[in-house]
Amino acid sequence: MAGKTLFEKIWDRHLVKTMADGTALLYIDRHLVHEVTSPQAFEGLRLTGRPVRRPDLSFATMDHNVPTTSQDRMTIRDPISAAQVEALRSNCKEFGITLYDLQSDHQGIVHIIGPEMGITLPGLTIVCGDSHTSTHGAFGTLAFGIGTSEVEHVLATQTLRQSRPKTFRVTFSGRLPKGVTSKDMILKLIGQIGTAGGTGYVIEYGGDAVRQLSMEARMTICNMSIEGGARAGMIAPDDTTYEYIASGDRPFAPRGEAFDRAVANWRTLPSDDDAEFDRELTIAADQIAPQVTWGTNPGMVIDVTGRVPKPHTVPGHSVRDVEQALAYMDLTPGTPMTDIKLDTVFIGSCTNARIEDLRKVAQMIKGRKKADHVRVIVVPGSQQVRQQAEAEGLDRIFTEAGGEWRYAGCSMCLGMNPDQLKPGERCASTSNRNFEGRQGKGGRTHLVSPEMAAAALLEGHFVDIRQWTP
Amino acid sequence: MEAFQTHRGIIATLDRANVDTDQIIPKQFLKSIKRTGFGESLFFDWRYGDDGKPNPNFEVNDPKFAGASILVTRNNFGCGSSREHAVWAVAQYGFRAIIAPWQDRPGGRVPGFADIFRNNCVKNGVLTIELTEAEVDTLFDQIQRFKGVEATVDLEEQRVILHVDEEIAFHFEVDPVVKDHLIRGLDDIALTLEQADAIAAFEATHDTQMAAAIT
Ligand code: SF4
Repeated sequence: MAGKTLFEKIWDRHLVKTMADGTALLYIDRHLVHEVTSPQAFEGLRLTGRPVRRPDLSFATMDHNVPTTSQDRMTIRDPISAAQVEALRSNCKEFGITLYDLQSDHQGIVHIIGPEMGITLPGLTIVCGDSHTSTHGAFGTLAFGIGTSEVEHVLATQTLRQSRPKTFRVTFSGRLPKGVTSKDMILKLIGQIGTAGGTGYVIEYGGDAVRQLSMEARMTICNMSIEGGARAGMIAPDDTTYEYIASGDRPFAPRGEAFDRAVANWRTLPSDDDAEFDRELTIAADQIAPQVTWGTNPGMVIDVTGRVPKPHTVPGHSVRDVEQALAYMDLTPGTPMTDIKLDTVFIGSCTNARIEDLRKVAQMIKGRKKADHVRVIVVPGSQQVRQQAEAEGLDRIFTEAGGEWRYAGCSMCLGMNPDQLKPGERCASTSNRNFEGRQGKGGRTHLVSPEMAAAALLEGHFVDIRQWTP
Repeated sequence: MEAFQTHRGIIATLDRANVDTDQIIPKQFLKSIKRTGFGESLFFDWRYGDDGKPNPNFEVNDPKFAGASILVTRNNFGCGSSREHAVWAVAQYGFRAIIAPWQDRPGGRVPGFADIFRNNCVKNGVLTIELTEAEVDTLFDQIQRFKGVEATVDLEEQRVILHVDEEIAFHFEVDPVVKDHLIRGLDDIALTLEQADAIAAFEATHDTQMAAAIT
């Protein structure tokens, strides 16, 4: 018999029961909750008189609606946003769930605070009413997004009914070239398989190029698995993972003897050598160039050295789709990507707003000024990241370059708070979605790595950072 | 949940692939803490002009689709954000079923719907139907040629019937679990709560810190 994959091991450890209809009743170890996708779930519990089964396994924070400027943060002006945030407060209180509220040092984007606080650990099952829950898979965790009905189901039962997904191994061989990041790896993959290419699969990322990545960089890859259609992305835990968990102030991570026992257990998780996957793909990491999206989904992506494509030349997209995307983006086929001028640079989101991302940006722009016509917004992923960045003086580097330094939240990743693009504005963004209107109605988004965003904010247009000196 | 057995209604087209949930229901409508009132905001940015009036160029606004309750679209519908608000908007607008094509690609079959969206549909009594690309092309052609074309979706028989001059029927596959759920309009949580003993027994031996059996 073939060995087991990482995914299969975690799945089997959480199988409460196989139901008569063949679906699995899966136990959930951690449930992360935010203000946007939870109110109707709590309302459902109230209507049916059902309690939360394991309030100790749920953790909540507010991130999507939160204003990121100091003057607005505590008193949200938009009454509907304020009501949603207030609903989370009262629901957490009523049902006994731990909440990291706005004044907490631990408030932040839910996918950033989980790993940061040691809530996310290898081998667990983690869900959240948010598609980017796949981020946590970087720890060798089975983590995926669910809808609000399932949020209610988890609150009431601490389980989910799931049919078993297929497994897909993506191997990044070789070494990443200088100036190329994990963001480019995942964008490259999505460009190749398309935004639906991973549907029905859980992807396990492996290969030398993945092994060499930091935890922060691994989270960026797993985060965007959903953009390739996959429900979850995973990376087997290794010494990099254990060192991350052992370091810093992570109140929920095991310490001392418990940590040693945990590591011994975690070492049994990686896929067995003879494990079989339903699908395999290898990408040569050393051939990857910095990526920039040109269209209105993350699969519409190209090397920075490329040109805006002609409508009939884009594999996996119909001519009409490409024409619509180019019209929305106001781009002309044949234009070199490096000629595209930017109005805004957004550095933030659960994809790229961890401390390492901010350090990289700071390192590149230190002592320099942004291009005159560009607005620059830097939004740390969590209050912990914010404090750490300030302790290292990164905030001053951003403000001296002419950028705005904000408080933690989702911010312009989706613009549910006041941070939005204006119609027609063009933005280089370190976030994960370039959908029409995502960052503000009529706004035009180009997804890039933090390093590419840093160079773009100095130059006012995209540059190939491999050939670039500021 | 409203059960789904057979449904007959006007079928509308939306000729776009990769329609993401940000388009189905834009962010400003996610602030509601209610479960109702989303139908008006379905496809908001496409559906209404800057003046707030219906955009006559948006396909679904075509008068011949007034009162439509079945939608046929292109592949990977509902990708992106997990927001169930998207399905609430679809359902509250009045759509009971959505049809999209699956595609054959190197590496396997690419489904017509994104995962989480399809799941959310089941929870809200909305049926997602996958047909082949050729079948979906036929639907688009026929619907274009006539006014107010109606279709019947028969879940029990797994058939879509297009009521044009000569009726055209398509067979579709459906996950038996999903079929059973929709036909009976089951409440998932109530069903799972029947397993409370099994869950408690599992909990007694499962370490949620180690994600392993307690030793
Ligand atoms: S940062 Fe963006 S993608 Fe991440 S959770 Fe917030 S809104 Fe979603």
